[in-house]
Amino acid sequence: MSAALPAAIESAALTRVFRARRKEREVAALRGIDLRVEPGECFGLLGPNGAGKTTLIKILTTLLLPTSGRAMVAGFDVARDPLQVRRRINLVSGGDTSGYGILTVRETLHLFARFYGVPGPIARRRADDLLAVTGLADRADSRLSNLSTGMKQKLNFARGFMSDPEIIFLDEPTLGLDVGAARDVRGFISRWVREREGRTVLLTTHYMVEADELCGRVAIIDHGRILALDTPKTLKRSVASEPVFELTLGTGGGDGDEVREIAGVRSFSQHTQQATGAIEVRIVVEEDHVIGEVLGMLKQLGIPVLHLTKSEPTLETVFVHMVGRGLADDVEPESETA
Amino acid sequence: MIRGGDLAERLRVNLGAVSARARVRIVASYRERSWIVGETIFPFLTMSAFVLAYRGLKAPPVYEAFVVLGGAMIAYWNNVLWSMASQFFWEKEQGQLQLYLITPVSRMSILLGMALGGIAMTTSRAAVILAGGALLFHIHFPVDRVLPAFGLFLLTLAAVYSLGMILSSLFLMWGREAWYTATLFQEPIHLLSGFYFPVRALGTAVGSFAALLPVTLGLDGIRQIFYGPAAHGLVPLVWIPPIQVGLLSLFLYLAHRSLATMENLGKREGRLTLRGG
Repeated sequence: MSAALPAAIESAALTRVFRARRKEREVAALRGIDLRVEPGECFGLLGPNGAGKTTLIKILTTLLLPTSGRAMVAGFDVARDPLQVRRRINLVSGGDTSGYGILTVRETLHLFARFYGVPGPIARRRADDLLAVTGLADRADSRLSNLSTGMKQKLNFARGFMSDPEIIFLDEPTLGLDVGAARDVRGFISRWVREREGRTVLLTTHYMVEADELCGRVAIIDHGRILALDTPKTLKRSVASEPVFELTLGTGGGDGDEVREIAGVRSFSQHTQQATGAIEVRIVVEEDHVIGEVLGMLKQLGIPVLHLTKSEPTLETVFVHMVGRGLADDVEPESETA
Repeated sequence: MIRGGDLAERLRVNLGAVSARARVRIVASYRERSWIVGETIFPFLTMSAFVLAYRGLKAPPVYEAFVVLGGAMIAYWNNVLWSMASQFFWEKEQGQLQLYLITPVSRMSILLGMALGGIAMTTSRAAVILAGGALLFHIHFPVDRVLPAFGLFLLTLAAVYSLGMILSSLFLMWGREAWYTATLFQEPIHLLSGFYFPVRALGTAVGSFAALLPVTLGLDGIRQIFYGPAAHGLVPLVWIPPIQVGLLSLFLYLAHRSLATMENLGKREGRLTLRGG
């Protein structure tokens, strides 16, 4: 019987405290993080600025030591065996650029491939593929100094995949990219995990849709603690209390206020669209089947139903529920800079 | 324990990193030509001023040769200080130091790549100064002594760039402070190195202290190889190669330890990268 594969990423009681220069105060960026990411997973880390996402990534990529606790990547301790970890990982920080203005796009990719011992022919083929994916193929021989910021970011993204890492850490990879480029990048990540068996992605993002689309599991982190960890579907279900339906009613048969009397209707609110006169109604019911009775009554009243949708919670809903604020309401960033 | 196969693989990857990092410098030197003005013409003018001053003072002609040799050597020292030792500081400022630090290669391989690329780049500058000086001021270098002088020159470069690796670890940890300190000490070190005069002129005590700098010792030895007793050598020539080998070994060891220590300290204090979040 073969031994079980080690987790791609595993941490136990991982804590990181930053001390201010004059040691007047301490900032706990991570407070006892327990995490296990299996090989082949695309795992999302959601949290506002200062939540501890980047600190966690820095520890996992051997750039920072934990204050206490343990972190393992590909079965190796990040503090004790960083070389083994580095052979198996790569990192892309969105918004960052890589390379030197004097080099061309292709030369930059080859430069970083050499640092991982990627043989020349493989590096050439991989660079061609990545340049095509990132839309930089026609700029392959342009110097970096002649690229736009967005192009440099795409190049930085491509660089991260040149070593074909077992585990890649993507820290806000689509930050600052235009809509089309961000979509291409998401498509590439999705295919990379699906087609390359055992490859693992740890993704941090501000974009809930991105996490929902790409990640099999998501952890919501705030103030250095994991508040929730599960599949996006389960997380969304966890905050869905009672079914909510949104209806648009046509004019002519009243405002449908009578449906309040139906047993199982918890709440009923409405407002009239100024432009069309149509009535928009939000109904909370005890069970899904109650909406059938609501529709029946509206028909009896002669009120046409123009539109009906069931309102589903999103990851944003989950995030606000867990964190108590939206991603837009950021807190002060961690004071770990030099 | 490292297995043979693993060792060979590590060697292959590290050599690849050395050549890749060296290539950046070499490519830069032929794509960006603005250095010709800043790093060749201006130093050449400084060197010319010293030569003309010695002529005006009717100093022995060998002093003019000292200046030309010193002018060539100063290019390497400046390259070590400003293009190698400080490079990790600049990488950090640009936010890409972390890309180097997460690679599975030795920091010394990256620095060795910078050193070899830097040497290739600087040699063209030094060659311009040597050739220009020789032609313009009719400086004579005994051809039969070029080979031993070149041997000592290579040994000196190895020691000088190893010292650069130690300095690099200081820049890694205390970038801005190290930068100010290097700027502060630039001129005193130029003086102590005797780039434009025999270092023995500083006196035995100061000269001996200055000889701890491999560039001082190397220059002293090269001048002695070319001009014998007229070079007013500080240290007997036969001692210089073994001292340089000793300094090289010591500097390599200290660089290895210092880089590891500073990186660990940086990881503990969270000072290797710029971004938080």
